[in-house]
Amino acid sequence: MTTRQHDISVYEEVHRSEDFQELKRRFRSWAFPMTAAFLGWYLLYVVLSGFARDFMGVKLLGNINVALVIGVLQFVSTFWIAWAYSRHAERKLDPLADSLREHVEGRIG
Amino acid sequence: MSHETLSTILFLLFVVGTLAITFWASRNTKDAADYYAGGRSFTGVQNGLAIGGDYMSAASFLGIAGIIALSGYDGFLYSIGFLVAWLVALLLVAELMRNSGKYTMADVLAFRMSPRPVRTAAGVSTITVSIFYLLAQMVGAGALVGLLLGITSETGKALTIVGVGLLMIVYVVVGGMKGTTWVQIVKAVLLMGGATLVTLLVLGQFGFNLSALLGQAAAQSGQGDAFLNAGLKYGTEAQGLAGKIDLISLGLALVLGTAGLPHILIRFYTVPTAKDARKSVIWGIGIIGVFYLLTLVLGFGAAALVGSKAIAAENAAGNTAAPQLAEAVGRQLLGDVGGTVLLAVIAAVAFATILAVVAGLTLASSSSFAHDLYAHVIKRGKATEREEITVARISAFVIGAVAIVLGIFAQKLNVAFLVALAFAVAASGNLPAILYSLFWKRFNTAGAVSAIYGGLLSAVILVAFSPVVSGGPTALFPEADFAWFPLQNPGIVSIPLGFLAGWLGTVLSRESDAGKFAEMEVRSLTGAGAEKAGAH
Repeated sequence: MTTRQHDISVYEEVHRSEDFQELKRRFRSWAFPMTAAFLGWYLLYVVLSGFARDFMGVKLLGNINVALVIGVLQFVSTFWIAWAYSRHAERKLDPLADSLREHVEGRIG
Repeated sequence: MSHETLSTILFLLFVVGTLAITFWASRNTKDAADYYAGGRSFTGVQNGLAIGGDYMSAASFLGIAGIIALSGYDGFLYSIGFLVAWLVALLLVAELMRNSGKYTMADVLAFRMSPRPVRTAAGVSTITVSIFYLLAQMVGAGALVGLLLGITSETGKALTIVGVGLLMIVYVVVGGMKGTTWVQIVKAVLLMGGATLVTLLVLGQFGFNLSALLGQAAAQSGQGDAFLNAGLKYGTEAQGLAGKIDLISLGLALVLGTAGLPHILIRFYTVPTAKDARKSVIWGIGIIGVFYLLTLVLGFGAAALVGSKAIAAENAAGNTAAPQLAEAVGRQLLGDVGGTVLLAVIAAVAFATILAVVAGLTLASSSSFAHDLYAHVIKRGKATEREEITVARISAFVIGAVAIVLGIFAQKLNVAFLVALAFAVAASGNLPAILYSLFWKRFNTAGAVSAIYGGLLSAVILVAFSPVVSGGPTALFPEADFAWFPLQNPGIVSIPLGFLAGWLGTVLSRESDAGKFAEMEVRSLTGAGAEKAGAH
């Protein structure tokens, strides 16, 4: 067996391991729904900007209208998701990923 | 001293400083990882600043402030798309790419595919996207000098484009990724500093009351409350349904394009680990987000304090709104001297901005040519590292020269649509290929090639037959009329087409390698076997 084939079988073995499947599940079950959510929220904003201008023009406080508030909320949600992802990754993904990486690199060298 | 002289002096200081950094960086640029990826030794914070420096182009600084100053709220729609897009990069692309790639976008695609067709497609797409973007920046540079430095002769503008082009070639050829990254870091700091200063001065004029600022902006614009709502520029009521669909199409390309822009993607390789790539995107999001909030104040501030009429009189697209605003607030606070100084500072920052962005684009396209097309397609992986870097430097020189010539030639053409087109191509061709490649087991060579060419061609063809190219007074060719596609932005059609082409190409081909995908998944999620940082 050549080294390359050995490497591939290590990767395939790790891929089948429970730890890896758990890492993959934790990654996808956070990233995929969140992506759908922020894309949907952004599209809602764009569609409102195109088709609901009377609503967007309603003034809430002085000259600050709904359009401005929803626009700024897009910034807030973006900052929040970035922060939440980094927390999720540090707590739930990094420890598993680190131990799997050490395992693989120990066997491949 | 006039503001033109002061601007020129400040700009020359920036040039001397960044050239010094570039030559210093070149002493530490020895192998391919140094040249292409800055030795992978930048910290997350440094790379986050560089991401900001690479991304915040003159189009987004002067352009968005200008759109807000003239058309109000609509400019904000642009900045929100540009910002939210970074979440796609953060959640789905940055870390996995850092773990499974080496120098270029194609590295990730070629991992489990037949390398030659995939690298050819990715190389063609990288160079196309980068050149579109580069050309828009070069033409913008020529127009800017006219406005900011008072150079109005055609020769003067052409000479400026040559100067900008030569500087960018020096940064890239001499400094590689290290030099380019430092130029972007310095520029990001200057741009944030300049924008924050002017924003604070503007808000100070209104006692830090945003509502008062908005009220005066609406009044001075002559549009009233409509100025504070969407619809004066994109998807206006006069354009009807097509205009509104066009707005959604633009929004889609903006939000999905960023994570497919090659010059952005290669930034993830400049840090030691995937965790640093994550950290750099989070810093990038913070910097870019704050910057766009500042731009909002700058745009409305310009409308309020300078007036939309005075801005439109200086430049029909509003590109001078930010510098004009700087002059106005400077003068109100410190008299003529203050106005001159602040205008000069902002003008110099604008030039620094252009230089940093064009350097990043030249690096991305020349790296892809050398690493993907030369080393892997032409030489079939048999080129030495030394040969590869030499070819990268030569191609940076050639691409720079081509950009200079095209930039001069296109000076009188309306090429503003090229940036939107670059985003559309990135979203329609590159993004489907990257996402399928990272997440879809069945994906294969035929799928990757069809996604890239399918997305690239549908975006380019739809734009060629759209109103931006022919059939109207503001079109690229105003005399001709062959426009049958009603939208200015192809994204809403071309992005689904790109994903569809990638799916169709995949299922029509039998090739499928579950073992390679298992390896890629393990590597991309754990960082096992990822490229390490350089020793120096």
